[in-house]
Amino acid sequence: MKIIQTENLTKYYGKARGIIDMNLSVEAGDIFGFIGPNGAGKSTTIRTLLGLISPTSGNARIFEQDILKNHIEILSRIGYMPSEAMFYHGMRVEDVLRLSASLHGKNCLAEAHHLCERFKLDTKKKVEELSLGNRKKVSIVCGFMHQPDLYILDEPTSGLDPLMQKAFFELIHERNSQGATIFLSSHILSEIQHHCKNAAIIREGCLIACDSVEKLTNTKARRITLHGISSPPRLENMKNISCTENSVSFLYDGNMKVLIAELNQIPITDMTVTEPELEEIFLHYYTKEADLI
Amino acid sequence: MTLFLHEIKQNRLSFLIWTFSIALMLLICMMMFPEMNTGMEDMNNMFSNMGSFTQAFGMDRLNFGDVMGFYAIECGNILSIGGGFFAALLGINALAKEEKERTAEFLLTHPVRRRTVIFQKLAAILFELLLMNVFIMAVSAASFAFIGEELAIREFLLLHGAYTVLQLEIACICFGISAFIRRSGVGVGLGLAALLYFLNLFKNISSQAEFLKYITPFAYAEAADIISESAIDMYLLALGLIYAAVAVGAAFLKYTRKDITA
Repeated sequence: MKIIQTENLTKYYGKARGIIDMNLSVEAGDIFGFIGPNGAGKSTTIRTLLGLISPTSGNARIFEQDILKNHIEILSRIGYMPSEAMFYHGMRVEDVLRLSASLHGKNCLAEAHHLCERFKLDTKKKVEELSLGNRKKVSIVCGFMHQPDLYILDEPTSGLDPLMQKAFFELIHERNSQGATIFLSSHILSEIQHHCKNAAIIREGCLIACDSVEKLTNTKARRITLHGISSPPRLENMKNISCTENSVSFLYDGNMKVLIAELNQIPITDMTVTEPELEEIFLHYYTKEADLI
Repeated sequence: MTLFLHEIKQNRLSFLIWTFSIALMLLICMMMFPEMNTGMEDMNNMFSNMGSFTQAFGMDRLNFGDVMGFYAIECGNILSIGGGFFAALLGINALAKEEKERTAEFLLTHPVRRRTVIFQKLAAILFELLLMNVFIMAVSAASFAFIGEELAIREFLLLHGAYTVLQLEIACICFGISAFIRRSGVGVGLGLAALLYFLNLFKNISSQAEFLKYITPFAYAEAADIISESAIDMYLLALGLIYAAVAVGAAFLKYTRKDITA
């Protein structure tokens, strides 16, 4: 069953581009990653799916129901974590949780209490006194306490310390193994690599790739940094070359043996080989598209 | 019901401050009446001979030496300005504050229809205004008893009825504006309430500005007319309610389609 399906979903804010012809498809039981740089349209997509903004054209279905017609039925089965959670001034954490449960029309405060303990969240504090990380925890509890079928998480880990991030992903995998579907938007590639089964890459409002995470990130390209030289070696398959007085860095997408043979010829003092950054992966897809044209 | 109660809780501090301030000012005014009445026999003459200033506040038609006339002018002004401003604040903040404080995202990603949000917020405002007016009427009635003056029940009820409707109208108009803005509209709301108040003063001064009575709700809440005729101009009042309904309708049309952006 398709949990999320969009058809040519397009949103313009006046003349400004939001998303263009988005065709997404997320299967039930998936942990689906949604990657893209800031301003690519991740949040616009999510806000459209949640009914906060209405699409300019195209349509979308969640739980095989139309997002415009069955908006409320859909929302009652979704747990949403916004990228920047804001709550009502003057309320305590427990009041926010009670309000959220009441708006859901569900008595899920026992689960909320359980989650607060798990994430070490003090429910007596006022929300405006909370740090970014603690505000994130409040939205985790709000998003997870009513045990929804679909979790839509917009950059959920920003502000959380590593221990809490670990606890958070444990919770995600737990809920996923109980049958829930996870839609995880992020610009941190390693998060997607470690936790998602499938992923889509979005850039400038367009979906540029959608595949299993394995295939998407399995690029041979490596970021090579050489120290002790100031001009790049003579090699093919180099991209994004940057030089300083004492080092050269480039993305290499060719045969390793050729690289090593060439390195033997030049006076390098040190070198590092790393997996390319997310941006470089973007570039990888971007240039690929450009090559086709 | 959840949102209705939530709104009332959110507004409780400002509600208490406005309600008690207005009630206290009315009380102080009423306490001054016996002293003013005995000490200044000529005061009525003075107030009746200040030209257009007299006209503007309807003092040409009211007797300042009479307790109901005094009440209508002094307390009428406190209630119409104070109550009108509070109503404007409630209305203008209602929907816009969710976007300004960025809580709209939290609220509207719960399974709540936008029309439910509109109706419950509006209901909360109307409830608060009614509660404030009932409280103020009780305090006023008690102050009459305290200074040993007789309360003309019919005029008293008409006066307060008109002010309550005036506040409801201003609240609804500001509520309508609130659906269209994303930032704080406090300036717009208070400015509008003040503008409507001054339009009424112009109307009182100049017969050429008579048409303004079809615009400002302060016209049907004009204390001098209500006391001297012992009636409210129902046509103007109905017109005011129509304006209020149109504003709420506009809020409904706009807000159910509005894009909630960060």
